[in-house]
Amino acid sequence: MTGSIIDQNTSLGCYHCGLPVPKGSSYTTVINSEARSMCCPGCLAVAETIVGSGLDTYYKHRTETADSPDIRGKEIPDSLLQELSLYDDQTVQHDFVVKKDAYSEASLVIEGITCAACVWLLENHIKGIPGVEKAHVNLTNHRARIIWDQDLTPLSTLLAEIYRIGYQAHPYHPDKEEQLLEEEHKRATRRLGIAGIGMMQTMMLAVALYGGALQGIDNQYVTFIRWASLVIATPVVIYAARPFFIAALRDLKTRHLTMDVPVSLAIGGAYLASVWATLTNSGEVYYDSVTMFTFFLLIGRFLEMQARHRTGRAGNSLLNLLPASALRILDGEEQLIPVKDLKNGDRVIVRPGHTIPSDGVIVSGNSSVDESALTGEYLPIRKKTDDSVVGGTINVENPLTIKIIKTGNDTQLSAIVRLLERAQEEKPQVAKIADKVASYFVAAVLITASCVGFGWWIVEPASAFWITLSVLVVTCPCALSLATPTALTAATGTLRQNGLLITRGHVLESLATATHIVFDKTGTLTEGNLTLQEVTPLADADQNECIKIAAAIEKYSEHPIAKAFHEQSAELTATEIHNEVGQGLQGIINGQRYRIGKPEFASQICHAEQPAPPKTSGQWLLLCNQSSALAWFRLNDQIRPEAQHTIQALQALGLSCEMLTGDNSSAVEEVANYLGINATISGVSPEQKLLHVKQLQENGAQVVMVGDGINDIPVLAGAQTSIAMGGATDLAKTNADGVLISHNLLRLIDGILLARKTKVIIKQNLIWSLCYNLMALPLAAFGFIAPYMAALGMSASSLVVVGNAMRLNRLRKYKLNTAQKPSPPEAEN
Amino acid sequence: MDIIFLLIPIAIILASCAVWAFFWSVNSGQYEDLESPAHSILYDDDDHLIPEDARVKPDGKKAE
Repeated sequence: MTGSIIDQNTSLGCYHCGLPVPKGSSYTTVINSEARSMCCPGCLAVAETIVGSGLDTYYKHRTETADSPDIRGKEIPDSLLQELSLYDDQTVQHDFVVKKDAYSEASLVIEGITCAACVWLLENHIKGIPGVEKAHVNLTNHRARIIWDQDLTPLSTLLAEIYRIGYQAHPYHPDKEEQLLEEEHKRATRRLGIAGIGMMQTMMLAVALYGGALQGIDNQYVTFIRWASLVIATPVVIYAARPFFIAALRDLKTRHLTMDVPVSLAIGGAYLASVWATLTNSGEVYYDSVTMFTFFLLIGRFLEMQARHRTGRAGNSLLNLLPASALRILDGEEQLIPVKDLKNGDRVIVRPGHTIPSDGVIVSGNSSVDESALTGEYLPIRKKTDDSVVGGTINVENPLTIKIIKTGNDTQLSAIVRLLERAQEEKPQVAKIADKVASYFVAAVLITASCVGFGWWIVEPASAFWITLSVLVVTCPCALSLATPTALTAATGTLRQNGLLITRGHVLESLATATHIVFDKTGTLTEGNLTLQEVTPLADADQNECIKIAAAIEKYSEHPIAKAFHEQSAELTATEIHNEVGQGLQGIINGQRYRIGKPEFASQICHAEQPAPPKTSGQWLLLCNQSSALAWFRLNDQIRPEAQHTIQALQALGLSCEMLTGDNSSAVEEVANYLGINATISGVSPEQKLLHVKQLQENGAQVVMVGDGINDIPVLAGAQTSIAMGGATDLAKTNADGVLISHNLLRLIDGILLARKTKVIIKQNLIWSLCYNLMALPLAAFGFIAPYMAALGMSASSLVVVGNAMRLNRLRKYKLNTAQKPSPPEAEN
Repeated sequence: MDIIFLLIPIAIILASCAVWAFFWSVNSGQYEDLESPAHSILYDDDDHLIPEDARVKPDGKKAE
């Protein structure tokens, strides 16, 4: 290896954002009476603003480092201020600002919140702005509510202040789906509350009834307490347990039995029996069991729902890909307008670094466009006049004038979203073990109950009704219906602590039965950005000198290639930087002219023969001065360090690993060979990706898809199980069944191992609860079971099930250094 | 024991008050963020409330 420059500069992280501080950088400030070094002027400016407004306790309390800020200096650039001032317009504010007397209330989504201290910092900083009456930031969904006086401070100032402390604020317009989610959350919380309060009250009354049954109690008190329990239990059954009844009804209509059917049967049956007993003052009441059972089941559902909502935090995930404003040219004048006002035929200017607002054709200018969000290709693509561009992609180098040809729902971005919706509808259903058991169980219980009823009707008609009811109650599938949710809740909690967030209930069961695991390449198996891999100096050039020269020139570009050099410190200053689109950069340092970029382009200035590039694959750049070629730089997208071990371990677990990528360069082959992947398909579109996964599924495969980009979203939605990387776009995260929040692929192995263990535990739980029900059934059928025995038995069997599920709280973490032979012990199931 | 004819209805009325209060708090959005209130109580700027002689002085400097 020629140069290992990678490990020279990562001695200490930036105090603000934790990124490595470039060697020789001099950005320091005093925080909590100690000098701290920062990685860039942006972090420095943010830190100084925070300290300057007396909020430096933020650094004491935070548990995570901040995100790297978007701004470059202490003052916010004019272009940003101009864009923000668009929000002062009343018509633009219409969507997210509500007027209340003298004050206005704005709903915003804030990007960059990493821990609770961020919330504190934001609230206190915003409250310090004149005119602000109230500021509330929600840590869970990253939304901010600000109440302030528009006459004193315009909205753009508030937004700019949020930028100044290192966050970004966007207007929050909830779409229909998001409003539904919010309503669902509130409803579920209310149901849980009703069930909880009702359960406590009926339990209290039940103690009196049980105590009375043992010690003797006057009949009038029994009747009164029963009526009181009826009053309390009724809202629990009618309001809190409603989702079970609705789901059961739907299942019966579609003739597809799930656990909801026996659950509703148990709740409804026990409740109606108790009501009958109360009205006729005979038999037994089971209000306590009904309410407790409802409450426990609702807790499980509530936890699952919370995990599902957790990922869908930023509002309007699709719109965040598009800019809020566009620069329209009308009668030769530039005019900043909201993107939603764009019409077909409008001409807009897109400056370098800005996002293209809608699909269009380039009218003038040439530049390169970063389409990584749509295609996964991380290198920008060259575009010239008459080429078409896609909304949501980023213009990298030169200003472009674009004629808009498609807006709103006709754009390619919307097409991807539609593809996603279709894929979700066609997603194969995962057969849940509990549902399979449920269908047999319902049939068995109904048949037995009717046999018992019929039998007693012949032998002793007077007690037939009560004994049949007690059969139904005793077979109440408490333990059976708790068997799966408790195991899933415990396993989900364990995985979340270890960095794999499960957002849908079926994931653990489908992970356990997975046969294929399909990865996206860029951003999933690789880091998704270019890094400097090696430097080969030519002739007598000094390696460090070459890096410094390259860094000085590349500092002025935001091209992904140039960004690979940004972590190198630029001690030299380059002047007269000239950017040749798709070729490279030229600049003057100390009177000497340099070029860096494509070999043909760079070697032009020294009129020398272009040296042959080294053999290793990757992106090779040549640095030349006017007399000779100086050095080769190799850039590559780094493969994640744990990727190879992960693939090996997954294969040892019997999974077939595949790679699907939109990229069709030679790098694909190289990555596949290095990682030892079973099958690779390169250069495919989002549609083809989905098609491939569907084909696998038609051949009986259980597919797990791991991806991150917009282009992966349809295939994520179409696979049985989908996992998005932690750094994925919000849209990908909300549509995945799980999110790898730790960014560590090894957690996938933990996930699969724990999923398999969960399956074993679910089976044990189901067997145990079926045994209990089978034992209790004959006793009840012959009329031997007193109600307190039934209650005791039900609670005991539920406790055994819960205790067994708790075993999933422990996780044997899969570590790199112990992974010489990746065949973990639990792999045999 | 006739007192339970009074006490149990009172208990039910109190429970319905609790349900009403709970519904009100859910509808006003108090259950939307269950994480940050637990932390924010620790962030109060109470440095000036600590008695002079009990303050930890970093690097011999007096805290504000």
